[in-house]
Amino acid sequence: MLSNTEKELIVQIWDKMIPVAEDIGSEALLRMFTTFPKTKTYFSHLDISPRSDHLRCHGKKIVQALAEGARNISTLTTTLAPLSRFHAYQLRIHPTNFKLLNHCILVTLACYMGENFTPVAHAAIDKYLSAFSAVLAEKFR
Amino acid sequence: MVQWKAEERAAIQAVFAKLDYESVGRETLTRLLVVYPWTRRYFGGFGNLFNSEAIMANPKVAAHGIVVLQGLEMALKNMDDIKNTYASLSELHSEKLQVDPGNFQLLGDCLTVVIATRMRTEFTPDIQAAWQKFLAVVVSALRKQYN
Repeated sequence: MLSNTEKELIVQIWDKMIPVAEDIGSEALLRMFTTFPKTKTYFSHLDISPRSDHLRCHGKKIVQALAEGARNISTLTTTLAPLSRFHAYQLRIHPTNFKLLNHCILVTLACYMGENFTPVAHAAIDKYLSAFSAVLAEKFR
Repeated sequence: MVQWKAEERAAIQAVFAKLDYESVGRETLTRLLVVYPWTRRYFGGFGNLFNSEAIMANPKVAAHGIVVLQGLEMALKNMDDIKNTYASLSELHSEKLQVDPGNFQLLGDCLTVVIATRMRTEFTPDIQAAWQKFLAVVVSALRKQYN
């Protein structure tokens, strides 16, 4: 359950990430691949070495999707429907992996924002990422 | 037995060297109680934990944060035998405190986020990976005596 204050905070934070979407997105992915090597198994078709074009491009897509979702939090299921179908029928990612990427997104935001990533902001973003992942995994079965 | 590469040991020591137990301990426990509110069930004697402001100002939270980091320091000093080092701590958490072990992971995650806010670009992906490997071993050792 997100309060109105939390929803505003989430939009504010993701809006700030849009201009640096490639940096933030690629860093979160790189952190995930380094800390949880099994996640690399889903990316054998891409060059996911640090600073690669594929990594930056893919990272950017993820941050942009998160920013768009943030602006439409009350209609996440509708907004994310195409992505949800894609994750269920084509990507078929093991659901435990969403938490791993979410954690690495939190760490990336923490490094980027420093003390501005307050406990309240941390809670709001964690809740948002959980809700976002739940919608992405909705059609899995 | 866990194998540590030299770079991993160095990375974990480096993270610890930068930890101000008082400030990092307080903030880690604060985040646990704010981000994962069900964990408040284990701190009934701590007084006011009703909202984030109260938690952040609570002196018992601050004091306990230091205790947690001192516990982690024991693991750091015995990296090659964390399992046995933590045998009595594990029993304490399972038998006396009766903590659901799923929460150990959450505390570790909160600590990692706090470290990230302090170290920022110095908390590189490689250092994060080594640090999280250390936390995984700690969490596993804490879970050992549960049955």
